[in-house]
Amino acid sequence: MTLVLTRSFDDSSSHTLEAYRAHGGYAAWEKAQAMEPAAIVDEVKAANLRGLGGAGFPTGVKWSFIPKNHTGPVYLVVNADEGEPGTFKDRYLLERDPHALIEGMLIAARAIRSALGFVYIRGEYVEPWRRFSAAVREAYDAHHLGRGFDVVVHRGAGAYICGEETGLISSLEGKKGWPKVKPPFPAIKGAFGQPTIVNNVETLCCVPPIIERGAAWFAGLGTKTQGGTRMYSVSGRVKRPGVYETPVSVTLRQLIFEHAGGVTASGRLKAVVPGGGSAPILTADEIDVTMDVDGLKNAGSMIGSAGVVVMDESASIPEALMVLARFYAHESCGQCTPCRESTGWIYKMVHRIVEGHGHKDDLDTIVDVAKRGGGTTICAFYDGAVGPYVSYIEKFRPEFEALISRA
Amino acid sequence: MSVAAIAFSPEQLAEVRRLQSLYPDKRGALLPVLHMAQDTFGYVSLEAEEYVAGLFDLSPAHVHEVVTFYTLYFREPKGRHVVAVCHNLSCHLAGAPEILAHVKRRLGIEAGETTGDGRITLQAVECLCACEAAPMMQVDDRYELNLTPEKVDRILEGLA
Repeated sequence: MTLVLTRSFDDSSSHTLEAYRAHGGYAAWEKAQAMEPAAIVDEVKAANLRGLGGAGFPTGVKWSFIPKNHTGPVYLVVNADEGEPGTFKDRYLLERDPHALIEGMLIAARAIRSALGFVYIRGEYVEPWRRFSAAVREAYDAHHLGRGFDVVVHRGAGAYICGEETGLISSLEGKKGWPKVKPPFPAIKGAFGQPTIVNNVETLCCVPPIIERGAAWFAGLGTKTQGGTRMYSVSGRVKRPGVYETPVSVTLRQLIFEHAGGVTASGRLKAVVPGGGSAPILTADEIDVTMDVDGLKNAGSMIGSAGVVVMDESASIPEALMVLARFYAHESCGQCTPCRESTGWIYKMVHRIVEGHGHKDDLDTIVDVAKRGGGTTICAFYDGAVGPYVSYIEKFRPEFEALISRA
Repeated sequence: MSVAAIAFSPEQLAEVRRLQSLYPDKRGALLPVLHMAQDTFGYVSLEAEEYVAGLFDLSPAHVHEVVTFYTLYFREPKGRHVVAVCHNLSCHLAGAPEILAHVKRRLGIEAGETTGDGRITLQAVECLCACEAAPMMQVDDRYELNLTPEKVDRILEGLA
């Protein structure tokens, strides 16, 4: 199988410049320096690279939104604020292949004509931050950085919402991480009021291989609408939890039973969260789906950050929803009323159901409130909360009702 | 800590200026400088907020709004160590409730509290993104993975 992003992970020194070079590193940057910026954008478009942070937006198209007539600064911002429940791939990349990200940034910066990049790393990631900062120093010493492009490594301070790109920008500007109304989109008016491209870590790590081996090769690894491989974070009740890189045409069944070794505990699959905490849940009968952006969209869920959380028959779905509802209540930034109020109240209701004090109309109330709330807020956070609320209750309603009838 | 103690050294002030110069607008350095303030003063008191506000030509109210928004800034003295047990989904499925209950019993405190001797502050936190090694917790800068009650005991005993 072709490994693109994790090819050097078995090498214990893979985070060093020396090892990165030994694995062919910075050759793509050499090649890109002879390419026109527009040619780099076209190559990434043709590769069908889609954002791997959650939204799945075509990366080359995003880059092309930078206004052509803009003469001021343009910023490249890396979203390393990994926080989606069930996702841990970017931590691996920051720790084990930091130079791949730096090289991806160099190429992206040339494509969008940026001279300054920021890498926003979640505050809890202390070791990844140290590893990545050391790699940046190596890249400066080797003169990859500092010659037309500089990198600032920025530590966050604990807030899931800063993974939302405009919340991240607010935070980078020294404010609380409140998302901003779009439009204007960041490519038009982003960080510090200037055109800004925000890309996920893994997305940018795909860029050097695309430039080195060509768009057709990368596109051919994936499906018709999404090129390449991606890193699936698999956790929960599986025999071999971990990061698995495969082409995006892999099925959820293959990921669970072939890559992660199958289901532990009772041994019988009950449900799967296929794309991080914000993805609607799938039942054991719904796992024959391809794990690309469109495959999961067609299955009524979403690939999001590709965090796969597996639940076996002994797992309680109401408890799982309670844990996620608590998360959304805690992480709502409080800016928009539907999100601030509903996340708090829905957590209270799911909590009382689990505690055996549920009211008989609680389930209908939660679904009703959730279905009316999507699309009413500044950012996608609340839409990401609504998906779980509705899908867990609709697909596993008898399990919730059993708890309520005992009340 | 008295108000007079809230001041960076000349070297730290030079670092503040260096950080501020990295951003198109110096206030981009606010979060990093608040991390510095916490590392230096132990926590971010109202006096520290006012001091940092002065370094940025910002109102103390703006800095207060920022400090209270993020979970990693402590507004009261914290223990010499911070133990943060993840209670999100993958850790929950792997037994995080039992791990958290065990830590609470061993320390005799609830999440959000600090032991009477000032040794440990305990927190229950959202996903730290090490789900492949659940249940897990963060102890100061370190991730402690694949926890069992026995492993938790060894870790807690090692915290001076």
